[in-house]
Order: sequence, then structure tokens, then C-alpha cells
Amino acid sequence: MKDFNLVVVGIGGQGILTLTNIVAEAAMKEGMDVKTSELHGLSQRGGPIPCHVRFGKKIYSSLVMTGQADLVISLEPLEALRAAYYGSKEKKTVFVFDTWRIIPSSILTQKEAYPSINEIKASLKKFSSRAVALDASDLVKKQTGGVVSTNVYLLGYCVGKKLIKLKKKSIIEGIKKVIPEKYFEMNKKIFELGAGKR
Amino acid sequence: MASNFLAEKGKAILLGNEAIARGAIESGIGFASTYPGTPSSEIGDTFAAVAKEAGFYFEYSVNEKVALEAAAGAGMSGVRSMVSFKQFGLNVASDSFFPAIYAGTKAGFVIVVADDPNCWSSGQSEQDGRYYSRMGHIPMIEPSNPQECKEFTKFAFRLSEKFKMPVLLRLTTRVSHTKGIVRLEKISKGKTKGKFDKNAYRLRNFPPYLMDVHKELHEKLEKLRQISEKTELNLIFNSGKSEIGIITFGASFNYVMDSLDILDLKLPVLKLGITYPLPEKKIKDFIKGLKTVFIVEELEAVVEENVRELAKDVTPQIKIRGKDLLPVVGELNVEKVLAALMKITGEKIEFDLKKHFDLFKKLKIPVRKPMLCPGCPHRATFYAAKAATDSDTVFGGDVGCYILGVFPPLDTQDFVFSMGASEGVVHGIKKVTGQKAIAFIGDSTFFHAGLPGLVNTVYNKSNPLVIVLDNRITAMTGHQPNPGMGKTGMGEDTKSISIEDAAKGLGVRTVKTINPYNVKEMIQTIKEFLNKPETSVIVAKAECRLLTIRKARREGTNLPVFEIDPNRCKGCEACLVQLGCPAITRGKGVCRIEKDLCNGCSVCFQVCPNQAVRAVKR
Repeated sequence: MKDFNLVVVGIGGQGILTLTNIVAEAAMKEGMDVKTSELHGLSQRGGPIPCHVRFGKKIYSSLVMTGQADLVISLEPLEALRAAYYGSKEKKTVFVFDTWRIIPSSILTQKEAYPSINEIKASLKKFSSRAVALDASDLVKKQTGGVVSTNVYLLGYCVGKKLIKLKKKSIIEGIKKVIPEKYFEMNKKIFELGAGKR
Repeated sequence: MASNFLAEKGKAILLGNEAIARGAIESGIGFASTYPGTPSSEIGDTFAAVAKEAGFYFEYSVNEKVALEAAAGAGMSGVRSMVSFKQFGLNVASDSFFPAIYAGTKAGFVIVVADDPNCWSSGQSEQDGRYYSRMGHIPMIEPSNPQECKEFTKFAFRLSEKFKMPVLLRLTTRVSHTKGIVRLEKISKGKTKGKFDKNAYRLRNFPPYLMDVHKELHEKLEKLRQISEKTELNLIFNSGKSEIGIITFGASFNYVMDSLDILDLKLPVLKLGITYPLPEKKIKDFIKGLKTVFIVEELEAVVEENVRELAKDVTPQIKIRGKDLLPVVGELNVEKVLAALMKITGEKIEFDLKKHFDLFKKLKIPVRKPMLCPGCPHRATFYAAKAATDSDTVFGGDVGCYILGVFPPLDTQDFVFSMGASEGVVHGIKKVTGQKAIAFIGDSTFFHAGLPGLVNTVYNKSNPLVIVLDNRITAMTGHQPNPGMGKTGMGEDTKSISIEDAAKGLGVRTVKTINPYNVKEMIQTIKEFLNKPETSVIVAKAECRLLTIRKARREGTNLPVFEIDPNRCKGCEACLVQLGCPAITRGKGVCRIEKDLCNGCSVCFQVCPNQAVRAVKR
């Protein structure tokens, strides 16, 4: 199998690291080599955080190269657009993003415009084979009262649609390893909700 | 951290930094110290999480110099020790770093320094720590991935013990913050108690004996070079006949291997694990038959310059490529190494990187800068400071979360130097200008390097206002305890040191502790103190809001949040424009608070001139 390149983006605190950790554990479970890349500290405070996961037979760099992502998962629409860089038509990249917006201060103080979901989808088309917008946070909020598990919902969607080359079973084991025990059942439920009945 | 972190077999996914800690634990560490700093922090945090269970001592020291001194003291008493910090930490520790090398050690003593090419989390300078190895006559080891982080740490301990000297382990952000699979091996239970030998005369760094030690260090370096020649840490990949060869190490090695894979090339690669002293003979043998050697290293051309020298002896006609194709600024990545390799080899890839980049540049993407969290007490203090002062007042910056005050609309970091520097620099400004000045400094930073600066302003009679942003934690690096909190790195209770008492003890007569969420009181006090003829201190004391929120969530208490009544809001945007709070956005002609983001600090409630903000249940 060719290496699989996943980029997960969003804003500090949205559960991006948790998502990458789940995927990494699942990949190891399936006997593959895996590397992830993350940033901490200054860059974490309300700034955009790109996390990378690469898995396959033998992985050297943890960074996904320009235009070479198989899948980009974004917890925020604008950050999906910022991650367009990692996708390409050639690679048939798929973008999956949550429509819940977190408005950056530049828009508020410099009066830049936040692009509409349709504008974002149209822009992403040039860098992908497909861009999917999901009202994930809204849905998760209705189910759990909070938006903390949106990351797991999006992951569920990607696994259900076979956008990520990992078995459902391994991902659930990954969730078990990464998420604290008392939240496991709730997250499993959200994951399966995202994956849909098949 | 992986749940099986302390297992003695199997494998775990570890962060580079966690793997360093694991390597130390497998090596029988007895004493670990640190001062947190990204990208090194998780080394100490890992120790903090497991020290009790694994049976060794760990502390968050007050600063890196003390951390290094303490680890040296443990090492010279026969207990294996490790100290870790970020690149600027080694600057802070450097005064004791050199004598620690001269003094040597009895048990293994490893110093870990994490550089941050690209300044992802470093607001001071883009520094290449490799020069310290040359200046200090100390061996330097550089891993490329988490498995190597563990293995090389174990090697460093063995080397340190063999040569009776500390060893420097260098990481970079992409090594520290890459996760990968690590094989877990047996944990060796190290000594935690030793004995200081009062007759170890070499610890008394004093002339003329010092010059003997200096000579001895040069002799040791020659012996270390022999090890560097033979060790498996300096390894050749894809050996075989070729006109082009590559020398690389650390994170760059990964980019080289990925680039070769993309181009389907099998060029020989000399991967260095010991980057000082260099294996000169191995390098000479490697480059002898080559027409071109490509040195791939981040930041300065350190190895490249060494190779240039070595080539003069064996192959003066060889083409040496490196910084003519790669930047000295910022970090490397596959794209940059690949582009350089294509130039050298004439190979091409199908994917048009330039076209791709041009297409991306056409997108209009509003920037998103890192910023203080919703409800952060620093925002309240900064707002008050701006409201209380004229535009000529100098705002001295320092190092911590509050460095984010550098961005508009807060604009409260007129300069940023180094830990504790707000006071020193503001003192100089006060002495030569007529401007009012505030030095902003965090609680952890105050203990770290703020005390001498405060003594200096008091003793040398200047009158800045020092505002200690006391959020009861070392927040930016991941919420580590500091001496103001009364908790040690191992989670034990200890005496908490009062910032207010410390300031008074240092001779400051005007000291006041204020909760920064009391905006009015803060504004009035700042105005009053700025007119004092002598140094004054405000301790702006309020817990990091993230901790408050987490505590509330844990305990099931429901903190109120705020909302804006659209009928009362006149759309003046005072809250939006002056606070720059991520929870406040622009609605249709009025402002809006995102309830899911609001952390309920009430500052916008106090700032609103139209009483349009009100508290509600979440």
C-alpha cells in the first residue's frame, strides 16, 4: 500500500491532537509504521494548528508534502481553506470540514470578509477531487450538549465513507486508548453516528 | 502520554520528547530537572507524570541555570541526571554550562536542548544551538525520530559515564514534536542517593588548574572522535557507487529520505548521529569518490563548513552544495530538499510545485493569529493599562502567554527580549527618557529572572510600574507549577512564595495585589502608581481562565456566560475593538457573543458603555 497522508486542522482546543492520536494508534494496531507531527506552545493559543499523520510500510518525515494529502479533516471552515495547500486534483485529495465558524480577529478589526461555505467549497475544488461540508458541531451538540466530540464525529464520517484506509474496529480501539475511560462510550456513540449504519 | 508508557516490553506511540524521557528511565535516571519551554516541555512533563511511580526525583526548577546546576550536583554525587530546556534555556544556563563541563561528572549527566527553527514557539531569536558544543568542548548527539530519541539518550548516558563528562543532546521542534512507534525495553532502576566526594579537586574550577582541564578536554575530544568514527550512530545508507552523496542528520535526514523516495533515487547518505566531534575520517572516506556532496542541515552552515575544510585534504575538486540551495532561515521540509535535489541531479517530478503554489496564493484567506484565550485575565490587565495611560507610555514585554499582547488590538508589548528583560530594558528607558513605563512580567517569569531586574530598578532609583501578571501557573508551556503555587513537580505540597512579599522584601514600598477582572480598580491603581517617584508593583492576580473552566467542568458547576442584548447594543464595537476577545463577533449592526466560546470573565460587561451585556446561564 502507498503511504497514507492525513492532515487535520482547526484551532487550538478543538481536539485536533486527540484525533491524530486516535488515527496513529489505529494505524499501529494494523501493523503499519506511523508518524505524526504537532505543534505546541505559542502556536497553540487560538492560532491555526496543522497536525499531520502519515502511515504506511516505512515512514520517515512526519510532514505531509504540498499537494500530497489523501484526506484533510478540518474542524473549522476557514482552516479547511488555509489547508488547501496540502491538497491537489492530481492526488484526488478529499476535504471534510465542519461548518462551525470561529471568526478570526483580523476579520473583526480589519474588516476582511469571512468567505461563505459555498465559496470555500468552490475554492477547495481546485485542490481536491471532493470537498464535503458537514454541520458536525450542530449535530454533536444536539446529541451531547457540547461540541467536544466533533472531532470523533468527523473521523467517523471519514471511516464510514472509506476515505481513510483504516478499519472501523481499529479506530474504536484507538479511541479506547486515547480517550479517558469515562468518555469512551459517549465518543464511541458519536463515532458510530458519524460512520452511519452500513 | 501512552497508557503503557512504563511497560517493559511491546511498543508505544511516543512523542520525541516522551521518548527522551523514556530513554532516561531505561538508563536508570535518578534525578531530572527542567524549566519548561516549547519545544522541550514534554520531557519534563513526562518525568512529572511518572517520577513517583518509577522511583526517581524530578523538579521544575526556578530557571534553567538552577536546573542545570542541580542536575550537575546530582551527577557529581554519583546519581544519573538529566536537565532539559529549550534553546534560550541553554543561554540562561550557559554561565554554569561551561564550568559543568570542566568539572565533569561521576554518573551519567545528559543535557537536552531543543532548538526551534522557524520560531514556531520562540519570540526572541532564531538560534542554532550547535555552536555550544564547539564552544563547550562537549559531545553533541542528534536523533531523527522517536525511536532514536530513546536509543540516543541511552547512548548519551553511556558516553557521559565513560568519559566522566556531560553530553549534549540536541533536538529540534520537528524531532521533539513528532510521534512515532517506539520499542519499549527493560527499565533500569537507577540510584537516587549518592555521595559527594569532598576530595574531588577537579570540581574546584580555579586557575591555573583550569588550563590543565582545558587541555584535557581537547584530549577527550580526540578520543570522542574515535568513537564518532566507529559508532553506528554515524551510519551510511544506500552505500554503493555514486557521483553524488548526501550528508545529513536530525529532522533533515527524514526529508532527504522522502525526497530520494519521491525521485526514486538511491544516493548514498551519511547520516550523522554524533554531530560533534565529527567523524572526520568517515566523512573523508565518504566524499573521496564523489563529484558532488550535498550537505542538508537546518539553520547555519555548520557541518558544511567542516566538510569544506576536510575536502581540501582528500578531494579539493569536489563540488560542495548546501546553503547555496537551502535557506539558512526557517526550517527545512521535503519541498525544499526535493527542489534542491532536483537541481543537483537534474531529475524532475510530475507534480508542478510552482503552479500549485501560485494557485494557492490566489486564494483570499483572512489571517488568523494566535491570541489570548476568551476570558484570559491578561486581556483584562492589558485593557486597563491602555485605558489608564497616554499613547506615549512604554509597555515593556516579556516571555509567556502575554507575549500575545504584541498583536492588535491589545498592542501592549512594545519590545520583547528574553525572560525577565521587561524590567531591565524599561529601567534603561526610564533613565534616559521622560516617558512613563510599565514592565509586564508573568508570575513564573518573575521568579525565573525578574528578581534581579526588580532589585536593580529599586536600588538604582528608577520608577517604572512593574505589573506581575500572576495567573497562578506557567501557562504557555502547558500549565506547569511554579514557586508561587505551593506544588512541586512531583505533585507534593510545598511553601508557596508570595510575589507581593518578595517585592516588599526587595525594597518596593508601593505594592498592591488586584484581581484584574476588577477593571475599574485596576485602571485607577495603574494611573496612581505611574505617578509614583519610585518603583511600584501591581500583582494582577487571577487564575488562568482555562484552569477555572476545567475545574468548573470537573466539579459540575455551571459558570455563567455573557450575551449581548441586541436591543441595547448600539453597535459601537467598544468590546470588539478594544478587547479582541475570540468570543465577541460582529452581528447585524450589533455585537454578538459566541456562547460556546465565552469563558465568562465579565470584562466586556464592564467595558460596554450601553449596559448591553448581561450574564446568563450557559
